[in-house]
Amino acid sequence: MDFGLSEDQLLLKDTIKRFLAEQCPTTRVRQIMEGEAGEARRLWTQLAELGVAGVIAPASHGGLERELLDLALVAEELGYAAAPGPFLGCAMATVALNEGGDQALQDAWLPKLAAGEAVATIAWGEEHGEWTPSALQAHAAGGRLTGRKLLVPSAQIADLFVVAARDEHGGPHLFAVERDDPGVDVQPMTVNDLTRPLDVVAFTDAHAARLPNAAAVQRTLDAGLILLGADAYGGSRRCLEMACSYALTREQFGQPIGAFQAVKHQLANMAADLEPSLSLVWYAAHAFDRIQDQSTRHAALVKAHMSDLYDRVTRDSTELHGGIGFTWEFDLHLWFRRALFDRSVLGEAIYHRARAAELAGW
Amino acid sequence: MDLSYSEEYERFRTEVRQFLDDNWSEEDRNSSPPPEGQAALMGAVVRTDERATAFRLKAIERGYLYRGLPRAYGGSEQAFDPLKSAIIAEEFRVAKAPGEVVGQGPSMLAPTLVEHGTEAQKQKFVRDTLLGKIIWCQGYSEPGSGSDLASLRTRAELDGDFWVVNGQKIWTSNAKESHWMFALVRTEPDAPKHDGISYLLIDMKTPGLDVRPLRQMTGDADFNEVFFDNVRVPKENLVGPRGKGWVVSRSTLKHERALIGGSFITRRTFDGLVMVAQNAQLRGRAALKDPVLRDRLVQLETRLLASEYNGYRLLTQQSRGEDQGLAGMVMKLFTTQLSYDISRTAMDVLGDRGALARGDYNTPDMGMFSYSYMWALGILIAGGTANIQRNIIAERGLGMPRDGRR
Ligand SMILES: Cc1cc2nc3c(=O)[nH]c(=O)nc-3n(C[C@H](O)[C@H](O)[C@H](O)COP(=O)(O)OP(=O)(O)OC[C@H]3O[C@@H](n4cnc5c(N)ncnc54)[C@H](O)[C@@H]3O)c2cc1C
Repeated sequence: MDFGLSEDQLLLKDTIKRFLAEQCPTTRVRQIMEGEAGEARRLWTQLAELGVAGVIAPASHGGLERELLDLALVAEELGYAAAPGPFLGCAMATVALNEGGDQALQDAWLPKLAAGEAVATIAWGEEHGEWTPSALQAHAAGGRLTGRKLLVPSAQIADLFVVAARDEHGGPHLFAVERDDPGVDVQPMTVNDLTRPLDVVAFTDAHAARLPNAAAVQRTLDAGLILLGADAYGGSRRCLEMACSYALTREQFGQPIGAFQAVKHQLANMAADLEPSLSLVWYAAHAFDRIQDQSTRHAALVKAHMSDLYDRVTRDSTELHGGIGFTWEFDLHLWFRRALFDRSVLGEAIYHRARAAELAGW
Repeated sequence: MDLSYSEEYERFRTEVRQFLDDNWSEEDRNSSPPPEGQAALMGAVVRTDERATAFRLKAIERGYLYRGLPRAYGGSEQAFDPLKSAIIAEEFRVAKAPGEVVGQGPSMLAPTLVEHGTEAQKQKFVRDTLLGKIIWCQGYSEPGSGSDLASLRTRAELDGDFWVVNGQKIWTSNAKESHWMFALVRTEPDAPKHDGISYLLIDMKTPGLDVRPLRQMTGDADFNEVFFDNVRVPKENLVGPRGKGWVVSRSTLKHERALIGGSFITRRTFDGLVMVAQNAQLRGRAALKDPVLRDRLVQLETRLLASEYNGYRLLTQQSRGEDQGLAGMVMKLFTTQLSYDISRTAMDVLGDRGALARGDYNTPDMGMFSYSYMWALGILIAGGTANIQRNIIAERGLGMPRDGRR
């Protein structure tokens, strides 16, 4: 019985944390946010060198061959640093390729993705805002795929799209479509979280290779939900830390505001909510890896819980910072906006809780 | 990460099961009365009859109970191993076997005496306390001193070989049933507030000591007022140095605790809620089918799971010898609030039947939830209110400065 991180996991987490603290301060985050595309690409390459892009890819394809829990630790650190980039889409696409079971696609793409030479993303969301596999409208037949996908992460820089769509039998499946295909059209959306752009991708009769394992559809979604939960945890922790250090330095009425009980209690409530939620994120990731009959439900629970919590913590932290917290110049809104992303993308909390209730047989 | 127990621990579990099979029969299991009142909410197995005592003695002999306390005083003095403790707690619970006696005596007084008591005090009290033969109450709170406990005013003055105690305690749980009280009293009126307090053991039968039950909002009277009118307490009943009672009272079990058991009452309450929601009708359909309610239930369950998994994390930290930090500090606040919210949701599920009290057959829960709804508030206040917990988290956990006024 060991519900804690291994030496290897701590080392990975720590490496990413230190790299981001040194190389990705918010000044660099802002540069990238404000559109320095080359800079975005450079950061992703640097992160890939540390293994971020290949955490769960097989060693034979240049990856670290670790588990989703390891990837969640990375997501937590990226969330903590508000690191920009294509992590979410890439990670989900990698899960899809890993589990989707097409050898040729794996050989062609996993090494490039793990090395950061290519970027992949996941195209899932549609007009109706439902993220369940059975609600998909995009469809594919005879190796051609058609459909309009909304909220596709970092599609502008993607070389490969993993698309969730129905096949000729009506069942949900994943398909791989290459960026160069003439049937692919990418249009940017106007987003809140500038660290993680979202695009509309229209597929018109695009060449699509089907990933044979249908179970990969749900697995990929579950992985995405857990990674968003981990991102939300990391971001929340950062906001709490920022609030604590501000409360120790900012003085009003002749004492640090942290001596005021109202401030203390707001901080204590955040901490009390956050600490157990870390265990929830770990458990969901562990279930994804090892207790698979629980993982779909836990993924839904984590996404719902963490996105609600992230929302509360960023809100309280901003309030505790007073006027400065509401400015563009001050960094807090980077996380506030990431919380907006995490709560919206891949389905909102109420929706996932309804799924969780159903999965419990209630 | 690995949630299974290693072979060594599985072997240990088998051993514990075998011990239970050999020593706690099917009949014993069925004859354990369901715990009531405060004890039920704290998950206590309340039996302290001869049969239970004989069983406990064997369990201590085998190293299963009171693992952190010395053999000389009735403990079983085992090597530090929180996983074993967790397994013992799990298996004993399943078998409805008497585990460690639950109460302020074993949890607070016994470790205090082991750390600070005289040899005579240890011999006289610890073993019988662990077996539930001496029941203790905790005389800390006073009408004017609750959260600000160090402001207490009940005083004790030395008169020859006796401390003469005058004053009043309040909210004293189980004072009626108790044989002894461990109390904080002021012995050095001129010293600064934390320095003038001593820790005293008082026989509840001493003349001049008067216990008056206080009814709680639940209708029961678990707690009491205790009045002292020239109560004479032998000098040798002082624990630790005179004037150092504050420090003495801080001593707790520095040993292992089966943390995994922490959320088990809450789990039981939650499962009960789901069952009730399945059976109760709300405007013509099963309450469980109501979308708003389903949403709330999933939210509650998620918080419950978070606290359960946090229990695993704490257990792991403990077995690795790591500091628990914030993860441990927040648990009381988190789980008491959760218990309250679960019972409150149950009130909504029950609809008009929420008006019925414990024992009424016209409600699917026999009134248990309105009872636990009230008790959840007691737990929120007892042992340090939620706001006091928040102060502790902010100051000790997050490093915030103390308020200028204190
Ligand atoms: C069911 C139950 C069983 C109990 N059993 C025992 C027992 O066996 N023995 C015993 O000695 N005592 C017992 N108590 C007493 C319990 O420890 C006290 O009630 C508790 O510590 C609060 O003290 P108080 O009631 O005087 O409230 P107060 O201290 O007067 O507090 C009133 C309110 O003010 C708030 N407050 C006070 N100070 C602060 C502060 N600094 N910052 C923020 N908020 C503050 C509190 O949070 C609370 O909301 C029991 C209480 C209950 C409810």
